[in-house]
Amino acid sequence: MGASEHASKQYDLDLDSIRSRVLQMGGLVESQIRRALDALASGDRALIDEVITTDHRVNGMEVALDGDCSQVIVRRQPAANDLRMILAITKTVTDLERMGDEAQKIARMARSIHERGAGQLPHMLDVRHAAEVALSMLRRALDAFARLDVAMAAEVIRDDAAIDSEFQSLLRQLITYMMEDPRTISTALDIVWVAKAIERIGDHAKNMAEYVIYIVKGTDIRHTDPSKIQP
Amino acid sequence: MSAPDTLMKTELLMQEPQPAPTGEKSPPKAEVQDLSFYYGDFRALKGISMPVHERQVTALIGPSGCGKSTFLRCFNRMHDLYPGNRYEGRIVLHPDNTDLLARAVDPIEVRMRIGMVFQKPNPFPKSIFENVAYGLRVRGETSRRRIEDKVEQALEDAALLEEVKDRIHKPAYNLSGGQQQRLCIARALATDPELLLFDEPTSALDPIATTLIEELIHDLKQRVTILIVTHNMQQAARVSDFTAYMYLGEMIEFGVTDELFIKPKKKQTEDYITGRFG
Repeated sequence: MGASEHASKQYDLDLDSIRSRVLQMGGLVESQIRRALDALASGDRALIDEVITTDHRVNGMEVALDGDCSQVIVRRQPAANDLRMILAITKTVTDLERMGDEAQKIARMARSIHERGAGQLPHMLDVRHAAEVALSMLRRALDAFARLDVAMAAEVIRDDAAIDSEFQSLLRQLITYMMEDPRTISTALDIVWVAKAIERIGDHAKNMAEYVIYIVKGTDIRHTDPSKIQP
Repeated sequence: MSAPDTLMKTELLMQEPQPAPTGEKSPPKAEVQDLSFYYGDFRALKGISMPVHERQVTALIGPSGCGKSTFLRCFNRMHDLYPGNRYEGRIVLHPDNTDLLARAVDPIEVRMRIGMVFQKPNPFPKSIFENVAYGLRVRGETSRRRIEDKVEQALEDAALLEEVKDRIHKPAYNLSGGQQQRLCIARALATDPELLLFDEPTSALDPIATTLIEELIHDLKQRVTILIVTHNMQQAARVSDFTAYMYLGEMIEFGVTDELFIKPKKKQTEDYITGRFG
């Protein structure tokens, strides 16, 4: 943040280390989501299990980063941009952890779908497309956090509406699909849960982008109309 | 009037109807207008203007040598004691619009209206009672009854009466540091000041004594306007409603404390309160 450094070098080191571990956690969550989607497409049992068990690492990082933030608060009593950074990080790691849970959920759905031997899955292209948008939102939210880029954060917030509408349209299509052939209900419902998980990932990425704007500008833009956000 | 330190924003939200948001200002008790101060040729304060809001706590923060104590001392004309010191500009005290710095205004009169508490407790070498009664006697109060009542009230207001009521005629030097500081506050309160100046009142005290003084400042602002110089930024954040950041004799930023500590407007302020090099 800013060009100047703290009088305490250790303080700078602590903050830098926390920030880079948030990005590391973000990277891990991103790969969890991607691998969960791959597992959904391929039905690779080992991959499914790996995604499910790796979630504990994401959880551990959330707890550790929250602990580090508490320590900075206790030791340094951060103010102004440092305070906003620490507050935003404790919220960001919560969102990242929930995204990790969503990845785990997708992996569980993949297991259930493939155990049922469902064969060709309906609307997988649409699901994959929504997932790519969600992943791109997550990646850009992390980039915006790393560079404190308000314009990029505002873009992520606006993109959330696209995911929401994709989810709605996918839902409508799957409902029609189920009505046409009730034997597909179990599988289609699993796909609905996957789509819902992707939609939630988009929501969490949007939250992270909102925290970036809070860090940089000091304004809390949660629950405001995205079209009114000035980058 | 705002009450940022007694009601958190969440509590405000629960109330119907919602009170004014924090940051709404009470009318000023005093207004500093383009104040400069010179120690001989050295210009220690450079054209400072700011309001001091009534029955609110205003904190002055800034690095050593930035002029915050010099600024505070202008309010009760402490600088008059040394030759070569010179004020420019005005400090207007309301409601009577008295310019505290006007030559025609008697510094003794000013000090009757504006009390001061210093960094190190400085009780007089007298009894506890006589310390508090001193200002009243200077003012010409002769009624023993009235003096006794006033002393008791001032000690009560300074949260000291309970601790000293059995030894009120014993020397003030026997008190602990924290008690001595509260005695100095009682002494300042006895003359019913309109404005109280605190110059780093807790820097010589332990954390518990510091908390007691901070609590006291919080209670006192119900009836007196307070201006406090502190090196401790957490203290400024805890006790004050408004904060002014000074640097090299200039007022860099003045604003509502919560806003100044979360989102200061100037980078210089941000660098200082976050402990960065300028």
